[in-house]
Amino acid sequence: MPKPDSLQGSLDLMVLKILSRRPRLHGYAIMSAIKDWSGDVLRAEEGSLYPALHRMEEAGWIRAEWITKDTGRRARIYELTASGKKQLAAEESRWEAVTSAVNRVLRTV
Amino acid sequence: MSLWSRIFNGFRGERLSREIDEEFQSHLEEAVAQGRDPAEARRAFGPALLQLEESRDIRLASWLDSLRADAVFGCRQLLKRKATSAAAVLSLALAIGACTAAFSLIDALLLRPLPVAHPERLYVLAREGMDHRGQFRTNESFEYPLFRQLRAVVKDQAEMIAISYATRTDLTYGSDGQMERAWRQYVSGWMFDSFGLKPALGRLFTEDDDRTPGAHPYAVLSYDYWTNRFGRDPRAIGRTFRIGNTLYEIVGVAPAPFSGTETGIAIDIFLPTMMHGSVTVRDDSWFRAFVKLKPGIVAEPVRQRMLGPYQQVQEERARGYTSVPQEQIAHFLQQKLILEPAASGNSEMQRQYRSALIALGVLVALVLSIACANVANLMTAQAASRTREMALRVAIGAGRWRLVQQMLVESALLAFLAAAIGGLFASWSAPFVVQRINPPSNPARLVLGADYRVLGFGLALTLVVTCLFGLAPALRVSAVRPASALKGGDDPHSRRRTMHLLIAGQVAFCFVVLFVAGLFVVTFERLSHATTGFSSERLLTLDTVARPPQLELLWDQVAEHLRATPGVERVAMANYALLSGNFGGGFILFNGAPANDVLAQFLEVSPGWLDTMKIPLRDGRDFRTDDTVPGVAIVNETFARTYFNGQDPVGKRFERQMWGMRAHFDIVGWVPDVRFHDMRESLAPTVFVPLSEIDLKGAPSPRGSATFLVRTANANPLAMASTLRREVARAQPGLRVSNIRTQRELVDQQTIRERLLAMLALFFAAVALLLAGIGLYGVLDYSVLQRRREIGIRMAIGASAGQIARHVTADTFLMALAGAVAGLLLGVASVRSIETLLYQVKPTDLAMLALPSVAILAAAMLAALPAVLRAVRIDPVSSLRVE
Repeated sequence: MPKPDSLQGSLDLMVLKILSRRPRLHGYAIMSAIKDWSGDVLRAEEGSLYPALHRMEEAGWIRAEWITKDTGRRARIYELTASGKKQLAAEESRWEAVTSAVNRVLRTV
Repeated sequence: MSLWSRIFNGFRGERLSREIDEEFQSHLEEAVAQGRDPAEARRAFGPALLQLEESRDIRLASWLDSLRADAVFGCRQLLKRKATSAAAVLSLALAIGACTAAFSLIDALLLRPLPVAHPERLYVLAREGMDHRGQFRTNESFEYPLFRQLRAVVKDQAEMIAISYATRTDLTYGSDGQMERAWRQYVSGWMFDSFGLKPALGRLFTEDDDRTPGAHPYAVLSYDYWTNRFGRDPRAIGRTFRIGNTLYEIVGVAPAPFSGTETGIAIDIFLPTMMHGSVTVRDDSWFRAFVKLKPGIVAEPVRQRMLGPYQQVQEERARGYTSVPQEQIAHFLQQKLILEPAASGNSEMQRQYRSALIALGVLVALVLSIACANVANLMTAQAASRTREMALRVAIGAGRWRLVQQMLVESALLAFLAAAIGGLFASWSAPFVVQRINPPSNPARLVLGADYRVLGFGLALTLVVTCLFGLAPALRVSAVRPASALKGGDDPHSRRRTMHLLIAGQVAFCFVVLFVAGLFVVTFERLSHATTGFSSERLLTLDTVARPPQLELLWDQVAEHLRATPGVERVAMANYALLSGNFGGGFILFNGAPANDVLAQFLEVSPGWLDTMKIPLRDGRDFRTDDTVPGVAIVNETFARTYFNGQDPVGKRFERQMWGMRAHFDIVGWVPDVRFHDMRESLAPTVFVPLSEIDLKGAPSPRGSATFLVRTANANPLAMASTLRREVARAQPGLRVSNIRTQRELVDQQTIRERLLAMLALFFAAVALLLAGIGLYGVLDYSVLQRRREIGIRMAIGASAGQIARHVTADTFLMALAGAVAGLLLGVASVRSIETLLYQVKPTDLAMLALPSVAILAAAMLAALPAVLRAVRIDPVSSLRVE
């Protein structure tokens, strides 16, 4: 069971989006990307990121590959699959719908 | 895809853990390289083990992982207790194997659909009603002219197909000297088309091959026959063979799986119905009428449609039966037309063995239940010794379901191991039984493929068995209360109650099996010792045919020639051998009026036949060479009892109505009853008449077939078979021996089903008794072990050995007694369903009930002995010091 998280629901979306822009990143790079691109506002916990990555891998949205880094240590890098691209589109439009709905509520009240 | 990868990952769990760990390490390294504090970075990950578990659960099917772990643990548990596990597996294997074998037999004979298109739409037409003996009977034989009318009537809704009874016939591809035997069946030309069969070679019959009587001398071979006789040589097409005087040309080979519709017999040669001699005869019933419904049609309206024309034909036929008793005609007209489903074919073997196989199936199912109860008791006892282990598991957080799963996995391991061995047993035992269904000279041909049906049954059975013996202990284990169990104070009696209940059930089932086995054995005993009234010692029967038919004088010359052959003691002739399955019947009339509605049986015999068969004369004389039909007759005791109040009938006269002709007879001899047609049927009035027949003009009529009865000097009459066959041909080239059997074989054939049933039932009775004994032993032993302390205390305060023995065994014996009573009631209640399989034995016979009771009691005593000895040998001091 994934733990409740402030980023619940948006983590998958962000990971997919990041991988669509910059394929072949490892876990730490994805974490850094979320931090940097959100202007240091959002932070993905390791404890949420890796289960999310593994879940999406099992779902077939992303695929993983082992590469050997310059340091000689192996790293596991991820990239989007075809079904991941579809999923990204679906998640994005869902996110649009949710945020615009929330905005409407905020404006009305 | 995802599920598969998770299942796949389940088999490489170790590697998966390593990979996840490696990814985390690489992450930490990256973080440190970016300038983060190593300790802080590690802390950010949270508890490492939890992380690992979580990622692992995502990436592999956890249920599978736990199942794998349980299987490994279960194997270890089973290996730890080798002896008990082996005993459990073997007894289960025997029972599962027997059940699977019984199923594959029942499936092959009764359930498996014919390999034709839409077998579920196939029905067979039958008449239901009283037969000539006043017995209720279903009869599937029909006459061709009637069939033709019915076919036209239902043309729009169904196709009707005539398929004759399979008969073994002589045929030759060359000269008369090269005669061979093959199973032949006459079939409607459109049968193959209607069954959706495509030829394996050449062509199959069509409607055009079945139009004009006698005009279509073509044959289709079965695939099996083509394989065995011709080695699948395509040149078989176009070859000719001769049956009687007709030359047939082979035009094709039927597809492989189809071997006729007579389950239990594999047909070799199919011929068109138009080639059968009785195809235009109104009163000869010689084939089964199959009805193949068209799509969307139900059976009942089709049957209704046939009723009118059927009744009309019946009445027409009845008008021709002058001088047949009124009751007979009434019975004949009251026969109802019915449609029986025939998806799995229709055969005499099905009729004969249906109830026998089902009874056997029930017996083995009972044996399986007994074996299951044994294993359940074993598991319960073992679960008891593992209470602490289970309590500990619960205490450190195992879920109840997880414990049930673990126990069930262990049971399933046992069951599947047993099923594998059982499968081997079944694959050996089912053909073994099939071999014993028919006499060796005419083996039954049943296809016992280990197909998906049998495999599916075996699998389902194994799962059911697992639940039967595994579920109760598993649920009990899962209900363990750690607090009380770890203190060692769980209620020990509740466990024993279940075990006792199982013991009662076992004894009840065991009683039923023993009881039924006893009935079968006694039936076989009585039937095989039933007197036939003649001696079959050293007696050969030579079925002989003459082409063309020869006069009696010539047949006598052959008999004379045989008498002169060295090693031959006596020779006589009859139109067929006793108990050969043939039957000739006629009604008896006195002064032109029917005496009653009993059909008397007639046998034509030569002078000296009585002597050869060792049938003594009670009064009068044997036939002389100048005696003829009509003229004189010898009758049996039942005949005298039926028509002459048991008085000596010699010198009296009667008339016979047979084949629409009437003949006068003077009774010249009187003999005791002999078995004629069937050992089980009640004795019928029997008339022996001379072989020589004179026609209306007083001229002797030639004879086409007869049976020589030869009593040899040699104790093994079959040793002379080939000599006699040769001598017959030498004495008269026009005569040919078509079949040689010993009279003993004919007698044994009467008891072949009973022998099989008795043999198998006895075997399963022994197994049931053994298993029940082992079960009883196990439970008693366990209860003594569990009550060591209690027994120690009782001894310490002065209980005697006798009291202890009684105390230990009392409730178990009480349960066994209750079980035996239940079994007795069950047995007596169920015996009605096997009544048709019994002969001269009453289920309520005291001996029949006493036998199983004594056997079970003896087994129980024997089983209790070790436990009682162990109990009375308990040393109170040491037993109390244990804890």
